[in-house]
Formats: sequence, structure tokens, C-alpha cells
Amino acid sequence: METIKKLVLDTVPGALIEEKQKLTITVDPQKLHLLASTLRTNSELPFDFLVQLTGVDRGDELGVNYLLCNSGDLSKEIVLKTGTSDRENPLLYSVADLYETAHFNEREVYALLGIRFINNPDMRKFLLNAGWVGYPLRKDYDPDPHLNPVSLESHDIIDKAPRIRELEDGSLVEEVGNVFEDDDYIINIGPQHPSTHGVMHFRTSLDGEVVKKIDVHSGYIHRGIEKLSESMMYPQMLHLTDRLDYLSANINRHGLCMCIENAAGIEVPLRAQYIRTIMDELNRISSHLLAWATHTNDLGAVTAFIYGMREREILLDIFEKTCGGRLIINQNVVGGVMFDLYPGFRQDVTAFIVYMRKQLKEYNRFFSHNVIALGRMINVGLLKKEDAVSHGVTGPSGRGSGWSCDIRKHMPYALYDQVEFDEVIRYECDSYARYRNRLDEIEQSLHIIEQLIDSIPGGEICAKTKAVIRLPEGEFFSRVEAARGEFGVFIESRGDKFPYRVKFRSPSLSLVSAMPLICKNEKISDFIGIGGSMDYVIPDIDR
Amino acid sequence: MEIKDVKIRNIPYEEFNDNETLEKYLQELQANGVNVVLGKLDEIINWGRSNSLWPLIFATSCCGIEFMSAAAAHHDIARFGMEVTRNSPRQADLMIVAGTIVHKMAPLLRRVYDQMAEPKYVLAMGACTISGGPFVNSYHVVQGIDKIMPVDVFVPGCPPRPESLFYGLMQLQRKVKVEQFLGNQERKR
Repeated sequence: METIKKLVLDTVPGALIEEKQKLTITVDPQKLHLLASTLRTNSELPFDFLVQLTGVDRGDELGVNYLLCNSGDLSKEIVLKTGTSDRENPLLYSVADLYETAHFNEREVYALLGIRFINNPDMRKFLLNAGWVGYPLRKDYDPDPHLNPVSLESHDIIDKAPRIRELEDGSLVEEVGNVFEDDDYIINIGPQHPSTHGVMHFRTSLDGEVVKKIDVHSGYIHRGIEKLSESMMYPQMLHLTDRLDYLSANINRHGLCMCIENAAGIEVPLRAQYIRTIMDELNRISSHLLAWATHTNDLGAVTAFIYGMREREILLDIFEKTCGGRLIINQNVVGGVMFDLYPGFRQDVTAFIVYMRKQLKEYNRFFSHNVIALGRMINVGLLKKEDAVSHGVTGPSGRGSGWSCDIRKHMPYALYDQVEFDEVIRYECDSYARYRNRLDEIEQSLHIIEQLIDSIPGGEICAKTKAVIRLPEGEFFSRVEAARGEFGVFIESRGDKFPYRVKFRSPSLSLVSAMPLICKNEKISDFIGIGGSMDYVIPDIDR
Repeated sequence: MEIKDVKIRNIPYEEFNDNETLEKYLQELQANGVNVVLGKLDEIINWGRSNSLWPLIFATSCCGIEFMSAAAAHHDIARFGMEVTRNSPRQADLMIVAGTIVHKMAPLLRRVYDQMAEPKYVLAMGACTISGGPFVNSYHVVQGIDKIMPVDVFVPGCPPRPESLFYGLMQLQRKVKVEQFLGNQERKR
């Protein structure tokens, strides 16, 4: 990393370099794009994966934090920070030309903090309606419900995208661009559509039955979790993460707990680590089973849906016996887990492993080689590796494009450095690779559980923590491998019992941001199948 | 005449928690007497309707997954004649609102409700639809869908178990059973 520091100082001599939890570099807004593009293209260690883009109201300035890392080695990370003190008309430079994933993230920052990005081709508000008064994540936001009453009037969608462009001579022009062409035939898929896997709105323009362009509208389930977290104490915040991506609820919560524990220096007992790892993997299996079930259902195989749900129900019973919850299990707390395992846990899980292996064979036998299924998945929805990295598509979908992006391998947490498992990678880049990856990951998860289940040590399940947890001043990150990809947590603390700013990095946002690219020139009927193979969860995107 | 039969086959009458409200409602209905022929016809219609409620699933988040569990083989909603989930509001009798409703979604929810044909019912599934649930203090969450449309049954939980959903659906079946179509000119909704 010394060479990187030198590279940074060579590019931007005035940059402020700090050694915090991550290497943090603060630069002027004018220099940010230059620095980011240098870091992205340098030959030694290219920082080509934008993990998180977080807008922060720092009080005296409105700023953005970029967490970058190297796509070959995810543990090589760097944080860029910039900001502007203009609160009336804050402008920063966009990095959307370097990282595709910045596109939606910058629009989200505009909606929630009011920062507009120069050179981003589409500066519509992402999560909120265009007419929303105020910027919720600013500290001086007025939450008066009379300003933004619940309206029952539908508004027409206007496909005009405002943007700010910098000309050659450095002057800025405001423009309005058309999202679609005038004679485009547009259909709306969503917001309430059974096969968008949630309330996502895809405005799709068609040429015959071929998709020309997709415009993504989001925010139909934007619940303001990040703003809510700012007024909650750390242990109170935990239950909100379960409701982000409810299918990998336990893993999300694990990520947040880890972030708080690392920041506060809390040691988690070994037994709790065992329980967390096993529960995470069970959760991953249940999520992949549901993903498999809905994907096959999207392709027209209703029986397969019933099969997937049947196996999942056994896992839900195990969750229920452990902690009373089925879907949202509220198991992790700061310092460990809330409930100990019940006496018959080992037998139940061992029996499930045997049963699941048998069922996996059956799944492969009756669906994975089905002629219709193959025809609808092979060479459909191609996502090349460069695009996967640029859009930040991680998880089984990213690994289906040949990108090794498993956080469990790159930056092991909990007990993942002590167990043996394979990172499932395929290079075909199509729907079928993503489909097969999920089934193989179930097998790997079973393998992980098998290694841990017989050697769970005794002892405490939760470390003793103070009733009121205060984090030291600073910025803290944690990254975990959720069922859909990398889930990230960012907490900025000012030494208080409340967080100053919380940001959740949603794996599904990247998946959806890649949808317009991979659905282009595919048939409209395959759009549904491709969506099933990407397997996004919408409340995770909208937060 | 005593013709209103609120018993449903799926669960014994005594096992419902709150029977008094329904009985009081029945007394009110029967206060003016019921025409024998029209009353019998009503009974037949309601028997059919209560055993084939076709739901439209307005699922926005976690509760939708629990509905999927309810519809799958283990819990099997088909036992109640409700497995025919309709994606078009025109064909649905019942809207199950499962998940948080936010400002951006509110007009769309109302529009789907308006598109449904009478007689129509709404079941609010989960804490978020009832009151905003864990997100009640949020700037973007509607604090209960009863603010924007009439609701027949509330099913609490976060998310409710499939069994709770079934209990709510059976309460709705009883409500359907005491409806008057022909016997009373001013039908209450």
C-alpha cells in the first residue's frame, strides 16, 4: 500500500492521507475524479470495484465517501472522501464513467442529501418522488408530515432526465435529456408485478418483442431505515437490518453486529461464533432454496416451486425451535447471540444435511437438464466479468461471470478461515451459470455446517456488554457475504450512543443496476427469467 | 327467522377468540326480520363466496414471503379454497396487503383497490400495514393502510405466521357469511 500512497501524492499533492480502520484519503472535489481514475487504471493494484458510495452530512459540509477495492483481492481497500460546503446548490463530480454502479448510488445521494453530480447523465431522484420537499438525510431536515402528506393522486411519469454537463472550457450547463425516444413503445413491468420479486418498476421500451431499453424506477418500498437508525441506540438498530434483505436476515444482522463489535472492541465468545456461522449458512441455504424455487417458477415450473418451499420449511422449523422466528430470526446481538441452541439441534441439522443432499440430486435430475429450462437459460442474460465488476455484481451472480468475489474467502470473518469449502465459480456468464452456482453453493454450505456441527464448544453465548454502547469517534466498515452478494455496513460515529450516519451496502442494488445491460436485445419473456436468475430482493435496495 | 349461519367448516365456532362482536352484528341484522326466500338465496350465495375467496396479493416485503409459505405444500392455502391468487384486480375478491406501504406506493395501492370489483375485501397482513410497524417514525412510511382504504381484517405479526394468516382469513370467511345481498335493500359496506 506504500506505493499506492506515493501514487496518490504524485497525482494529487495536497491530498490528506490518514491511517484509520481503512486507508482514508481526503481530496478537493475538483481532484476527486482525477484521483479515482488514476487509482482505477494504475497497473500495479487497480481499484476497479466501487463497494460503497455514501453521502454524509458532516455538519459543516456535505460530503461523499467512496470505498474502493481491488477486484482481484477484495481485502485491498481504500476510502476516498470529498465534500462541499455549499448547502444551497451542492455540486460534486460524478464517477459514473469509471464505475457503472455509481450511477444509481449518485442518484440516491441526490434524493436523500441533495448533492448533484456533474457529468452524471441522469440526475433524477432515485428513491423519492420528484416533488419531495427537503432532503431526509440532512441533519436539518424538517420531518413535518404536512410538508410531505400522503397523496392518493397518481402522477404521470415524465421521461425527462435533467443533468449537468461540464464543457471543455470548464463551464457548466444544465440540460434535459430524453430517457426514451419519441416513438418508443413502452410497457411498465411493475411496480406491483408477481415476477419482479418485489415492488420494482421497470419501464421497458420494446422493438417487437425484443427489449430495447430499461429504465429502473425504485423507491416503492423505501422505508428510510438509514435515517431511522440515526435516532436509535446501537442495540435498537439491529432489528432493522433483518428487514432489509429478509431472506438473508441473519447474515445482514451478523454484518452490523460485527461492525459494532470491531469498533467497540468486544470479543465474541467462540460458541457464539460457531452458532453464528452455522445459522448464517442455514440462512444461506434457505435463501438459495427460495431463489431456486422462484426462479423455476418464473420459468414455468410450478412443481419445482413447491419442492423448494418444502425443503425450506424444514429449515424454518429449525430456526423456529432455536429462537421463535421463522423468517426474521433476530438471533444475533452485539457480543454474541441471543438464544442458545436447543437440545436436539445437532440431530435436526445432521438429518437435514443428509436429506438435502438427496434432494439436490433430485433437483438436478428433474430440472437442471430439462430441455426447456436449458433453452431459456443457456446464453441468455450474458454479463461479462468487466461489467460485473463495474456494476458491483457480487454473490452467486458475480461468480457466475467468473469473478472470485466471495468475502468469506477474501476477508474471512467468524469461523470461515477454519473451515474448508470451495468458492463456486463459473465462466459462462449466463443465467444457467448463476442458476447452477446457487445449487452448488447449497452443497458447499452443507459442507461447512458438517465440519462445525459436531465440535460446537461449550461456554458463554454472549459477551458481557454495557447497557449503553458508545462507539469511539471514527468511521467503521464491515463487509459480509450475504446470500445475494456482498452486504456492507458503514457507521460514522461521533462518540455518542447514537450513530451519526449509517449506510448499508445493498447487494441487490448492483444486481438491478445490471438488469438494463443484460436484458438489452433479449426477448421480453426472457426478462422474467433473467430477473429470476439474478435473484434480487427489493426492500434491500430501497432500504 | 334465524337463518344466518356463521359456522365455517375449517375451525369449530368456539375456537374463535371473539364471537361476541359477530353475534351482536347478527342481532342487528336480524332485528328487522329476513325474508325466507331471499334469506335462503343469500345463504347459498354466501356459502359459495366464503369458500372461494380469490386473493390478490399486494406483497411488498417480508410478509409476502410468509404468504408464499402459506401457499406452498406445507401449509397449503388450497384447503380453504383460496389458492387461486389473481394478479389482476378485476378477478379478485380479496386484497391481501402484505408489507410496508410507503408514500410513493400509496396512490398505486388505492388505484388497485379502486379497480377491484364489488364486493371486495381487504386483509392487512403484518405490523407495517396496520400501523407502520417498526418503521412508524419514518418520513416515508404510511402509518397504517386504514388511512387510505377500508380494511376488513387486521393480522398482526412481523411477519405473521401462516397460521395467523389463516386465522385472519377464516374470520373474513365468517364476515362474508353474514353479508346480505338480496334480503336488505341498503347493503352495508
